[in-house]
Amino acid sequence: MIGDYTLVEFSSILAMQGFAGLILFSVFVLMALGLAIIFGQMGVINMAHGEFMILGAYVTWLCSHFVTAYVPALFPIYFFIAMALAFLASGALGMLVEWAMIRHLYKRPLDTLLATWGLSLILQQLYRSVFGAREVGVSLPDWMMGSIALTDIIEVPINGIFVMVLTMLISLGVFILMFRSAWGRRVRAVVQNRAMAGAVGINTKKVDRVTFGLGCGVAGVAGSAFTMIGSTGPTAGQLYIVDTFLVVVFGGAASLIGTIASAFTISQAQSTMEFFMSGSMAKVLTLLTVVGILMLRPEGLFTLKMRR
Amino acid sequence: MNATLYTRREWIALAVLAALILIVFPATMDIFRLNLVGKYLTYAFVAAGLVLCWGHGGILSLGQGIFFGLGGYCMAMFLKLEASSPENTAIQSTPGIPDFMDWNQVTELPFWWIPFKSFPFTLAAVIVVPVVFAYIIGAAMFKRRVGGVYFAIITQAIAAILTILIIGQQGYTGGVNGITDLRTLLGWDIRTDSAKFILYFVNAALLIVVLLLGQAVRVSKFGRLLIAMRDKEDRVRFSGYSVADFKIFIFCLAAAFSAIGGAMFTLQVGFMSPSFVGIVPSIEMVIFAAVGGRLSLFGAVYGALIVNWAKTSFSESFPELWLFAMGGLFIAVVMAFPNGLAGLFRSHVEPLLAKLTRKSPPPPAPDATPAEAVKLAAE
Repeated sequence: MIGDYTLVEFSSILAMQGFAGLILFSVFVLMALGLAIIFGQMGVINMAHGEFMILGAYVTWLCSHFVTAYVPALFPIYFFIAMALAFLASGALGMLVEWAMIRHLYKRPLDTLLATWGLSLILQQLYRSVFGAREVGVSLPDWMMGSIALTDIIEVPINGIFVMVLTMLISLGVFILMFRSAWGRRVRAVVQNRAMAGAVGINTKKVDRVTFGLGCGVAGVAGSAFTMIGSTGPTAGQLYIVDTFLVVVFGGAASLIGTIASAFTISQAQSTMEFFMSGSMAKVLTLLTVVGILMLRPEGLFTLKMRR
Repeated sequence: MNATLYTRREWIALAVLAALILIVFPATMDIFRLNLVGKYLTYAFVAAGLVLCWGHGGILSLGQGIFFGLGGYCMAMFLKLEASSPENTAIQSTPGIPDFMDWNQVTELPFWWIPFKSFPFTLAAVIVVPVVFAYIIGAAMFKRRVGGVYFAIITQAIAAILTILIIGQQGYTGGVNGITDLRTLLGWDIRTDSAKFILYFVNAALLIVVLLLGQAVRVSKFGRLLIAMRDKEDRVRFSGYSVADFKIFIFCLAAAFSAIGGAMFTLQVGFMSPSFVGIVPSIEMVIFAAVGGRLSLFGAVYGALIVNWAKTSFSESFPELWLFAMGGLFIAVVMAFPNGLAGLFRSHVEPLLAKLTRKSPPPPAPDATPAEAVKLAAE
C-alpha cells in the first residue's frame, strides 16, 4: 500500500504518467531536434523556431481540409503527404530567412536572437491574420483513434504511439544524415573549423543555408506531428520555445544524443511530478532544477570535446 | 578619458532631455497623458540599465522583467497591506489580509508578507531583493564563465519560471491578476490627479539621478573596462582583472535600475501583475534600449518613450498592425541601425548642427559599435 492506493494501482498510475511523459518527450524531441541542428551545430539562436513548427501544423491542417474536400480516398494516409509538405514549406521558409537575415548576423549571435524574435512576432501576426486567432485541430483518420488496453487499468492512445514511433524514425533519420552521410560530414567540418572547411573546398555558405533549412524543415515536421495530439493556434509555438531551448542547452548544445537524453529526463520529471502537485508547480520545479544544474554544469550533460 | 562627467555636448543633451520631461510634457499634456508618459518613463529605467549591461558590457539579459517585477511587487505588497486594513476588509472572512488571499482560503498573512508593513523596509527591499537575486544569478553564471547566448537563454528561463510561480501561487501573489486595488501610500491617496502629478515629477527626478549615475559609471575607468570586456574578454582577464566581478556588478546595477522603475510603475499605475515579469515584456524592454541606441543612456529614454507611445497609439487604432511593426522594428534595428536613434543622430543630425554652428564636426565616438568591433576583430 502506498498512500491510499494499492500497489497495482500505484504502478499503473506511474505507468500512465510515464506514458504521458513519453508523449511530452516526443514533442520535446521533435522540437529540439531542429533546434539542436540550428543552435547546436551552427550556433544560431532561432527564437522563431516555434513559428516554423506552427507553419508545419497549419500546412497539415490545410492539407487535411484539401484531402477531405477533393480526394477523400487518400484520407487514411494524408498525414504522410502533409508531413512531407510541412517539411518542404518550413524548410523553404528557413532557407529564405537564412538568405535574407541570418547570414548577415553569424558573428553577432545576440543580435540574431533579437532579429529572429522580431521574425516570430511577424509570423505570429501573419498566422493570426490568415488563419484567425482561434485554435484549429485536424480530424484524425479512423485507424489513429481509440486506444489499446494493456491491462485492466492501463490504456494507451494510438495517436500517442504513432507520434512516438514517428519521433524515433525522425531522430534516426537526422542521426544518419548528420553522422553517416557525406553531407553531414561537411556540416560538422564547417562547425568545427569554418576556415579550414572552406580551404578544402566545402562551400560553407551553401552548407549554412541547407543546414538552417533542414533544421526548420524538421521543425515543420514536428508541427505536423503536433497536430495529432493537440490543437494549433498562432501563439502555440511561443509556449514551447523556452522549454525547448532548455532541453537543447541541458543536453549539451552540440550533442544529439544529449538532446534526446535531456528531453527524456525533463519530460519524465515533469509528468511524474504533475501527479503529486499542481501542473504549474511541477513545471516550476522541473525548470528550476534544470537551471540549477546548468549553473553548476554550464556545458550541459553531454559534451563533445573539441577545440574552439 | 577626461575626468569631467559630461562633455559640453552631453550637458546640452541632458538639459534638453530634462527640459522635455520636466517642463514640456507637464505643460502640454493633460493628467491622463502625463500619467501615461510617466508609465513609459519607468521603462526607461530598465532601458538605461540595459544600455550599461548590454550595450557597454555585452551581457544581454532577457530577464530584466524579473527585476522590474520584483521591485514593483515589493512596492505593491506594501501598498496592498495598507489598503487591506481591518476596517477596509471587514466584509472578508478574515479581515486585515489582502482580498485575494481571502478568496483563496488563506487565513493568515504569510510570514514573508509581514515585514512589508514597514515603509522603510519596503523602500530597502525594492532595491535589495532584486539586487540579491541578480547577484545570485550573476555569481553562479559569470564565475563559471557562462556568457553570451547561454546567459540570455537562462535569464529568459528564469523569467518564465517566476511568471509561472506567481500565477500558480495565487493565494500568496494575487495570481494572474496581480496585486490590484492599491489606494494609499502612508495615508496619501495615490489615485488622485494631484498625486499622479507629483508622482510623475518624483519619477522624472529619479530617472535623471539614475542617468547621472549611469553616466558616472560610463566615464569611469570601470566603464572603459566594460567596453574592453565586451570586445576582448580574455585580454581583460589576462591583464589581471576579475572579469566575473565586474560583470556581476554591472548586472546588479542594471537590476537595481529596473527595480526602481518597477516600484515607480506600481505607484503610478496602481497595480502590478505577472504580465510585466515574463518573457515577452522582458524582451520588449531590450527593444527600448536597442531603438534608442544600445550605447546611449539618453537614447534609452527616447527609445522607451517612442516605442511605448507607438505601441499605445497603434494598438488603439490598428491592433493587428502593431505586431508587424514591432517585429519589423526588431529586425530593422538589428540589421540596419545597430546603434539605434542615437547612432542616427550622431551620423546625420550632428554634422548638420556642426555645419550650422560653424564648428568642426565632433570626433568619432570612442566606443566602437558592435558591428564595427566585429569588423575590426575580423581584420
